[in-house]
Amino acid sequence: MTIFIEIFQRAVLTAISLLFGCTGEIITEKSGNLNLGVPGVMCVGGISGFSGALMYEYFWGGADNPNAFLAIVIPLLFCLLGSLLMGLIYSFLTITLRANQNVTGLSLTIFGSGVSNFLGGFLVKQVSPGAETANISVKVSTKYYMAKLPFSDSLGWFGDMFLSYGFLAYVAILIAVLTALFIRRTRPGLNLRAVGENPATADAAGVNVTKYKYIATCVGCMISGLGGLFYVMNNSSGVWANDVVEPLGWLAIALVIFTVWKPHFAIPGAIIFGGLSVLPEHLPKFVTIPMDAKPLIKMLPYAVTVIVLIFNSLRKKRETQPPEALGLSYFREDR
Amino acid sequence: MISMSVHTSEQLQRISSEAEMGNGQRPGSGQKKSGRRNQKDPLFHIVKRTDIPMWKSLLIRAGALIAALVVCAVIIVVITGEDPFEMYKHMFNGSFKTPKKFWGMLQEMAILLCISLAVTPAFKMRFWNIGAEGQVLMGGLGALMAMKLLGDDGLRLPNAVVLPMTIITAILFGALWAVVPAIFKAQWNTNETLFTLMMNYIAIQIVRYIQIVWSGGSTALRPINGTGSDPSYAGWLRLPAQIDPSFTGSVVVPSSSGYLLNILIVAALTVMVFLYMRYTKQGYELSVVGESENTARYGGISVKKVIIRTMLISGVLCGIAGLLIVAGTDHIINDGSAKGYGYTAIIVSWLAKFNPFYMVLTTFLVIFLKQGASELSTRTSGVITDDFSNILIAIIILFIIGCEFFINYQIKVRARQQKSKEAAES
Repeated sequence: MTIFIEIFQRAVLTAISLLFGCTGEIITEKSGNLNLGVPGVMCVGGISGFSGALMYEYFWGGADNPNAFLAIVIPLLFCLLGSLLMGLIYSFLTITLRANQNVTGLSLTIFGSGVSNFLGGFLVKQVSPGAETANISVKVSTKYYMAKLPFSDSLGWFGDMFLSYGFLAYVAILIAVLTALFIRRTRPGLNLRAVGENPATADAAGVNVTKYKYIATCVGCMISGLGGLFYVMNNSSGVWANDVVEPLGWLAIALVIFTVWKPHFAIPGAIIFGGLSVLPEHLPKFVTIPMDAKPLIKMLPYAVTVIVLIFNSLRKKRETQPPEALGLSYFREDR
Repeated sequence: MISMSVHTSEQLQRISSEAEMGNGQRPGSGQKKSGRRNQKDPLFHIVKRTDIPMWKSLLIRAGALIAALVVCAVIIVVITGEDPFEMYKHMFNGSFKTPKKFWGMLQEMAILLCISLAVTPAFKMRFWNIGAEGQVLMGGLGALMAMKLLGDDGLRLPNAVVLPMTIITAILFGALWAVVPAIFKAQWNTNETLFTLMMNYIAIQIVRYIQIVWSGGSTALRPINGTGSDPSYAGWLRLPAQIDPSFTGSVVVPSSSGYLLNILIVAALTVMVFLYMRYTKQGYELSVVGESENTARYGGISVKKVIIRTMLISGVLCGIAGLLIVAGTDHIINDGSAKGYGYTAIIVSWLAKFNPFYMVLTTFLVIFLKQGASELSTRTSGVITDDFSNILIAIIILFIIGCEFFINYQIKVRARQQKSKEAAES
């Protein structure tokens, strides 16, 4: 039982990062923008939050007299700002300048992972010269980000499994549910879907395509960025590590397909993906598995995603198709 | 029925716009615009350019490049506090200081260019194959498997058998990885961008799996057929040392071969891809499919066939890139053998407007920056890392991506537009 609980907890920790990334990307893709920059955005979200926390602790006196509010809000704001900036770059290039979305997205991922890997080492050296990245952690912020919900210790396995995570985890689930409701049940949500399916029609119906695309992409990026912040604060306990957030971003893009563009499906979907990605590391602690099984387990999320993608295209059911205009820029005078 | 071969590109565009108008996609958009003109024109509006003089487009691109370099210089100064011109000089040294560095640059260019050539026909067809990374890895894996199973560790066949088999399996594996998404796209319209992206990660894990199975869990790298008391070098793609000026000559791992053959192969491929896309019927067909599938159908082109055939070519070229990496350079494989070039190639190809000869220039730009930044990292006592090169490359690419807008579109300001209209009326 404890084995199962521990693996479940690790799975959820990875799942929450994926859920943030996935929800953000769903909003973006619903507006017809295929943002392959999400891995980069998550990297930047993570490093921005990390640098915010670092500033607070080492330069603004947070380590001496920690303030719960500041320790939470400063990294959060940094993270949102950093991700917003990435979203704005992507939006400006693809929406205003009508650049190719794939090329822009991939460049943004190169940019984001470069910035985060570089800044991670650079900032730590500024804080304490000569230190290794692995030895510097943002303890104060991490403490507040990792604070469990009340009663989690007194409720036994239930508390361990469902209440033992930092507040951002519950924010992620809330955002996913709200996003699902927004897309399905509200007028702006309908407009957003129209923009993603057929921007020309939406335009003719009086929807401001540019505005919708901009807002959806930027909000989507800010949500995705939180996934990076969550990883730094909750999963790696406030220590910066290079090249760990980017793979999560690609997995989040896979999750979008797996959940057929539905944020509420993403909640269980993320836990499945999270579980599959932590299994190779944590399973050997409890049972012996052959070495060569690890890559095969890691392959599963992607293989399953391919199967879902194929299955949906064979079924041709309207609800499970990608947005019709996904990946295309919209130019009103184009025919 | 019209005969397709005689159409110029303008005619093609006209046909394609007529074909899509026939769909009635946007009825009434013309009237809406003219009705609005009487009220008040917006301050400026954006028009698609039909044609732009060469010098103008080059000027715009050069401007973007300079702007990007200025931004990069500012970043370098802010972070390291050193003279940016000194830094750019170091970067130049990274590719040109010694013959070894120069050959290294050419070799990297050859690999990146080969992958860029591979994705180009598919992109021209608007088939967003972002799976080159996986296709290259699979190609490399195919080469490695042939070298391992038939070479010193396996059947010990002579090189005359191993080398052709290495080439064939590499191409087969690469082609297989590309054709699967193409068939699904052609038959059931499965989203190719997402499909090929997922195939990359499946390929990466397959390579890891093979690595673990064959190395028995150890990560020690040793070149296949290149170690031991009497290595056969079976399946190694190389020229004799006498005629290859880039030959490293050392028997130390991981390489005792030269780069010249790789470079020559890719140079030949560049010309071939250019000719294929420009002067053959198949090349023409794929550009028609890219312009408009409806036009292609109207003209009697089998879109499905073109999609599968073009992706097959993409896959074959990716397989060759994998072959060049494994049989021509490293003689080993790991999950990072493709170095992310599968993604970079997309950018390279797009920046070059899908023209193989321009691609040589864009490849040079990217590799030059990469080599330069790694040279910088040795000069600046670790402040600037290899990751820094990715930042610089991304900034430059983002600027060039942005400037494409000014090449493809024209911004017309209201006042000037009215004046020109009056001039036209009088």
